[in-house]
Amino acid sequence: MIEVRDLVKRYGATTAVDHLSFTVQPGRITGFLGPNGAGKSTTMRLILGLDRPTSGSALIEGKPYRDLPDPLRHVGALLEARAVHGGRTAFNHLLYLAQTQGVPKRRVQQVLELVGLQPVANKRTKGFSLGMSQRLGIAAALLADPRILILDEPVNGLDPEGIVWIRDLMKALAAEGRTILVSSHLMNEMAVTADHLVVVGRGRLQADMPVAQFIAQFSGSAVLVRSPQLETLRAAVAEKGWQCTPSGQEGAVVVTGTTAPELGELAAARGLVLHELTPQRASLEEAFMELTREVGQFAHRAPGQPEPADAPVPGQYAPPSGQPDAGFTAPGAPGAGAGQPRGGNDGGH
Amino acid sequence: MAATESVTINTLPGNGAGSGHAHFGRLLVAEWTKLRSVRSTYWSLITVVLAFPFFSWLIPFLIAHNWNQADPGSRAQVLQDPVSTIIGVGIDLGQFGIAVLGVLVMASEYSTGMIRSTVLASPRRVRMLAAKSVVFTLLALVIGEIVSFVAFFIGQLTFKSVLTVNLGAGTNLREVVGAGLYLGMLALFSMVIGALIRHPAGAITGVVLLLLVISNIIQLIPGAAGKYLYSYEPTNAGAAILTNHTSDKFLLTAWEGYAVFAGWTALLWVLAAWLLVRRDA
Amino acid sequence: MIQATALTKRYGTKVAVDHAEFTVAPGKVTGFLGPNGAGKSTTMRMILGLDRPTSGSVTINGIPYDKLAAPLREVGALLDAKAVHGGRSAYNHLQVLAKANGLPRARVDTVIDLVGLHSVAKKRAGGFSLGMGQRLGIAAALLGDPGIVMFDEPVNGLDPEGILWIRNLMKALAAEGRTVFVSSHLMSEMALTADHLVVIGLGRILADEPMAEFIAKNSVSYVLVRSPQMADLAPKLALRGWRVEMQGDGSAHVYDAKPSQIGDVAGTEQLWLHELTLVHSSLEEAFMRLTASSVEYHAGGTAGTGTTQDAAKPPSSPDAPVWGEAAGDGRAQPPAEPDPSGQPPTPYQNSERGQ
Repeated sequence: MIEVRDLVKRYGATTAVDHLSFTVQPGRITGFLGPNGAGKSTTMRLILGLDRPTSGSALIEGKPYRDLPDPLRHVGALLEARAVHGGRTAFNHLLYLAQTQGVPKRRVQQVLELVGLQPVANKRTKGFSLGMSQRLGIAAALLADPRILILDEPVNGLDPEGIVWIRDLMKALAAEGRTILVSSHLMNEMAVTADHLVVVGRGRLQADMPVAQFIAQFSGSAVLVRSPQLETLRAAVAEKGWQCTPSGQEGAVVVTGTTAPELGELAAARGLVLHELTPQRASLEEAFMELTREVGQFAHRAPGQPEPADAPVPGQYAPPSGQPDAGFTAPGAPGAGAGQPRGGNDGGH
Repeated sequence: MAATESVTINTLPGNGAGSGHAHFGRLLVAEWTKLRSVRSTYWSLITVVLAFPFFSWLIPFLIAHNWNQADPGSRAQVLQDPVSTIIGVGIDLGQFGIAVLGVLVMASEYSTGMIRSTVLASPRRVRMLAAKSVVFTLLALVIGEIVSFVAFFIGQLTFKSVLTVNLGAGTNLREVVGAGLYLGMLALFSMVIGALIRHPAGAITGVVLLLLVISNIIQLIPGAAGKYLYSYEPTNAGAAILTNHTSDKFLLTAWEGYAVFAGWTALLWVLAAWLLVRRDA
Repeated sequence: MIQATALTKRYGTKVAVDHAEFTVAPGKVTGFLGPNGAGKSTTMRMILGLDRPTSGSVTINGIPYDKLAAPLREVGALLDAKAVHGGRSAYNHLQVLAKANGLPRARVDTVIDLVGLHSVAKKRAGGFSLGMGQRLGIAAALLGDPGIVMFDEPVNGLDPEGILWIRNLMKALAAEGRTVFVSSHLMSEMALTADHLVVIGLGRILADEPMAEFIAKNSVSYVLVRSPQMADLAPKLALRGWRVEMQGDGSAHVYDAKPSQIGDVAGTEQLWLHELTLVHSSLEEAFMRLTASSVEYHAGGTAGTGTTQDAAKPPSSPDAPVWGEAAGDGRAQPPAEPDPSGQPPTPYQNSERGQ
């Protein structure tokens, strides 16, 4: 379990983490979301004792990281930033880490095999691709069989097979009752990985809830219904006071203001045949963008802040519409599609 | 997915990760692994191991070769402190290998990002710094002593035709042992500079400037202040152990000088440790 | 339009790209997929004339890249975000590119605004974050107002807003009739972005078809049925010869049937439905199925693996990952056998729903 209590970190005049409190529970994957500059990386560094909090605390099983006698047995961490000496071989890097905690040498070979780096174990890491470095970081995190894993952008540089592998690995580790905190910018990846979300923006907690609740809360609910007796169904829906909107598909409408079971029971009660009854869930990305929009300016620029302060003002990145040399139509303001109910994934249409 | 059929770590052979804490002994072993697993260690030490004995042969060889043509003043200088003649140039050059390695041992942790792994594995940072200091200083000390003695014996043999240098005579033994001690302390001193400055290029520049430039120009400062600054400059103070004749500007004895060098190193070490804990990694 | 004909690249005895044939057509976003070491980067480099094909050819609107009169006006590419002189400002970097290609100065301001780097345009690019570097790379790619754009892993380093932005940008560029060719490892991202797919594995083109077709071909679809009267409904469905798999949460997956057929059964039997949804595999599942079924795919890595690994492996262990593209010395594949135990497919939340 990770407990973050009233955590504050200032760099000069900039407040990177602003009275942040949340708890990461074991047995599930907690996604840690927020735009660049929101304070995610800083929070992770504070949890890991790399940075000192200005005030507040971050506890691992009740203790600050710096007070853990055998930290790697408690927490395995994969940082986004490079944390390896390029002149050292993968094996020696892990051997060093193993020796600090008295982890047997055999275990180094085992984790190297687990992540598939065996063939390059004795190569110096400066020649590693991003994906290989990522695997080495994962090996280091798993080395001492920790109860808690903190992974910053774990799929970076991995290929599709690697992405599935790390996702399955995280799920399996969570199922074993371990605590997993994973940050990512890839909403669609998080949607299929995380069980619970902690969202930060401008250094503050914006949401701490299960993924499904997050999506439900930040998007409307709607149901796509298809029926050979659509007109009768429409009338029944109107009687109930629910709204019908065109679905863009022949023979189907989108009904808002109700749930799929209610609609299904209505149809059954009226003896209407249904050919499709699909709850339209917003994607996690849409929900996230909706939250961003509600909270307003979400990230802030933080000079001197270690986390890449990418967006000076996020809104400015939205290309201005009506460009004189147009060439390119404005690719749409962020959050444009938010809140509009639709299938979780529109790639198959 | 049920816990029993899961993928990973608990399915590796039972308690494969062992148990136990990151205590000092383990950190010593681990830091030794770190030291021996990068090439810069070997390159830097090879510089010392080759350059030091080479010049301890070359200088006596040239002097012995020209002994009969040399003026009495030069001869007297050699006779007054033959050990210093043997090891002087070699250690002047060889010390850079040690100094550069010392800086790299700490500063490369920062330049490569390794420091993050290091303090994650050993969040008690002072303990880690202590372990690193012990391992690296011992290595430099052992190599320094071996190389110093080898260099001395090479010089002794080369001088044989014109003069006899007896290890037991005068301050000779102290100077040879002192050469190793000096290299050992310089190693730790440079490492601490690396820890303070954290950028390899900057820290190397700093140490080299100190050894080559500052230690010399400081004696141009007139008056008593100049003498004090000159004598208490760490590398000047430390190098007093390598000779039996110091300039009249030098206010300390050989061992006092070495103690001053050690004192500087200890002071900076404490500062480095304090900053290491305070600063974000 | 980009056209590859019998495109082949060998490095010594290693074949990186093996008689690749594909066409990237204008007006849509074409995704370029493949595992590490499959030949993606080599192919993109050959398209841009950075590498010479060993045999075969690849042309841009019918002309090889190195014969193009004004390459930047025809093709814009984002390959390596950090291919910028760190000491130069974003503005100057683009100005240099514009001058070299005879493009008007005003165009630089236009693309800087377009990618949203206006506020940092005069700052040294060396201090840019990965995401900002990525935006600068995109600005450079769009500088010549090219009809063809190529992006290699464009979402790298971008935050959620940036990811959404570039996805919409690519769609907008395609909608304008440009040719958009984009490589990515992120299947979930590709599923939302690409209209058409080119899949490469071990240097060979494994698929070149529309997204929907690709998923349909390489996936198993089923109908997700929820009902409060499942105990009555399931046997009725099974009776029709459809395979019904009960799920832990009380729903059922029905194979070989259309949703309308199931709806008709429920209607006839007067049974209540709470959900009736056609579920396709995700692009990721389809991709994995395709690459796993391509036997050569895994052949490279199965030999000479340690034994402890196998002993240590639990029954349902996912494959040891395959990586490739060791920076220096080409491909080396660690053990990777196809799905060892028939582990049931994970029920991905983002399964394709709807038609």
